[in-house]
Amino acid sequence: MADPMRIRAQVAGDKATVRVLMSHEMESGQRKDSAGNLVPAWHITEVSATHNGKPVLTAEWGPAVSKNPFLQFVVKGAKAGDKIGVTWKDTKGETRTDEATAS
Amino acid sequence: MQTRRETLKHSAIVAGLLATTGLFPQYAFAFNKTAFEAKSLADVLKALGAGAPVESKDVTIGGPDIAENGAVVPLTASTSLPGVKQMLILVEKNPAALVALYNMTDSVEANFSTRSKMGQSSDVYAVAVMADGRALFAKKEVKVTLGGCGG
Repeated sequence: MADPMRIRAQVAGDKATVRVLMSHEMESGQRKDSAGNLVPAWHITEVSATHNGKPVLTAEWGPAVSKNPFLQFVVKGAKAGDKIGVTWKDTKGETRTDEATAS
Repeated sequence: MQTRRETLKHSAIVAGLLATTGLFPQYAFAFNKTAFEAKSLADVLKALGAGAPVESKDVTIGGPDIAENGAVVPLTASTSLPGVKQMLILVEKNPAALVALYNMTDSVEANFSTRSKMGQSSDVYAVAVMADGRALFAKKEVKVTLGGCGG
């Protein structure tokens, strides 16, 4: 089981800036191990975000996103106390969902 | 000042990048594995003609001029234009050009930041795919200094 994401949603006016830090190896599939074998790709492919349960954003990622990925986006019409949920899915089919409260 | 010739050249490059991503124009929204396997500009140029992306002042790409660590390069793609369907971040000289793709909804602003890996110094692109199929882009050169010498 992967480590939890760190999500911070900061409200300014009628928008909330959401910053997400995920914990993932993001292996690109380009690297070789000490024996010269390719390390198979293992990275997050799909990310989705919800605002009070309503989907607001979906993203697709390639292996070129850095290890322990960071994502920042802005949700319109969000206010303090709203729930921001983020879900990712990786190439091994593993998923993780975390939720934060906007402040 | 940019000449028309340069603008056209950049348009061609981005058209190619988009073509290899397989996103443009009709495959949008389907999760597309080939999109993230598009290898090089040469592949790209073969498929040229998929559209005519234009450089736009309304799209911005943010990033460092010099990145000391190519494993973590913060890149921002944003636009103030309405009617954006997707935002893309591309690094031209990576083994696969497409880094990230964001499907927009009305509830989020077209402003995304992600940290990207870069194999070497390269141009990076932010592309806004509009609802009417137009593709607008902005580009920026990012130099990667390896070995932490700090350039």
